[in-house]
Amino acid sequence: MEENKYKRLIAKYTPKENVLNNALIAFLIGGVMGLLGQFLTDIYSYIFNIATSDATMLMIVTLVFLGCLLTCLGFFDKLVNFARCGLIIPITGFAHAVMSATLEYRKEGFVTGIGANMFKLAGSVIVFGVVSAYIFGFLRLIIGG
Amino acid sequence: MTFKYNNVYINDTATITGPYEANGPLSKYFDKSYNDFYFGTKTWELAEIKLIEESIDILLNKVGKTKFDIDVLVSGDLLNQIVATNYAASSLGIPLIGIYGACSTSVLGLIIASNMLEAKQVENAITSTSSHNNAAEKQFRYPVEYGGPKRKTTTFTSTGGASAYLTRNKKGIKVESATIGTVVDLGVKDVYHMGAVMAPAAAKTIYDHLRETKREIGYYDLILTGDLGMYGKDILKDYMLIEYNIELKNYDDCGSMIYDINKQPVYAGASGPACAPLVTYGYIFNKMYKKDIRRVLLVATGALMNTTMVNNKSTIPSIAHAISLEVVD
Repeated sequence: MEENKYKRLIAKYTPKENVLNNALIAFLIGGVMGLLGQFLTDIYSYIFNIATSDATMLMIVTLVFLGCLLTCLGFFDKLVNFARCGLIIPITGFAHAVMSATLEYRKEGFVTGIGANMFKLAGSVIVFGVVSAYIFGFLRLIIGG
Repeated sequence: MTFKYNNVYINDTATITGPYEANGPLSKYFDKSYNDFYFGTKTWELAEIKLIEESIDILLNKVGKTKFDIDVLVSGDLLNQIVATNYAASSLGIPLIGIYGACSTSVLGLIIASNMLEAKQVENAITSTSSHNNAAEKQFRYPVEYGGPKRKTTTFTSTGGASAYLTRNKKGIKVESATIGTVVDLGVKDVYHMGAVMAPAAAKTIYDHLRETKREIGYYDLILTGDLGMYGKDILKDYMLIEYNIELKNYDDCGSMIYDINKQPVYAGASGPACAPLVTYGYIFNKMYKKDIRRVLLVATGALMNTTMVNNKSTIPSIAHAISLEVVD
């Protein structure tokens, strides 16, 4: 059978993913995460009487900590699996990716295991995050003046 | 390439599994199951070594032999450099033929052992296979604790070790004939749709076997593929009909039998080298001993996947080996 013909045969028996359903869940949970972030920022800024930009940093640290803690406790993967991009796109997804890789390789030593592998998944996020920040920063400099 | 065997029998088998298999519908057919993924060891890799060691221990107990009585061990697994096999063989001290056929390893092992027995090179042989869900996830996919969503066609690597004891003594299940598979590549690159990768290899091997033995598909009471999963199964049936004009009746797939696909979080079903022998040695052999079915063609399917090649955008080749098993009268 030709490859193209076989591709069509595969497509016939491949179930459709529930894109709409997944998007809706991700939208709602992502929204709740945004609400939580805003709530934390406001609370920190009120309690410690600090600027919003400083409170934002504390909020990020809190969410990263929670993402890592829940990953270590062993059930964040199930939450992520349900919420999908609702938990992956926010900073919790980054924390989860780093922490899960760290847990996976901790038996292979501090340097050869954790050090070499903790950014296995998140490494590309950092690389392309920095690259795109550089490009957009540059564009802003040119266009925005 | 098909061989006939006059005098080779699988005298006994041993199976050991992890928690998901133990919670599945075939749990009562396994010799032993663990309810965690470490089995008292420190790492998943050590746990997989234990699967092979323990399945051989249980088997030796069943047949009343010691490891010093065994002429050859033919074994393989899914880990890099087949480490589970090599480390288990290191502690056992039985002469080893280490093999790799991905998830087709179990049948490949049975074929090699049967050939050596038929040629009277050895008096007895043990074949073993293992796979470990977490060790395989770590090596081939994402960290186990990472919860990124998976597609519906993804298969779930089974955790288990399975061993078989073969001799020329007429006892147990007869190994009647075997067909060595050809590597087939129909251009599929999707690592989350292994059923689609392997179905053409299974189809070709089944077709070659029937052609070379001059048999009709109805000769077998059951055609059993290794780990195509529930979607791969449908693809194979349709592919067989279109490509070879053969209608697969009395057909099932081990990957869609070992778990309760509706209740357990296993997506399209089981995969892994242990999947086919766990189902066959436990559940299917039991049916054969009861003479509910007499002739079975076991077609173990293997996706010859390599993460470097996949990242390089190469397609995934696959292979399937078939073995014809019969009830001894």
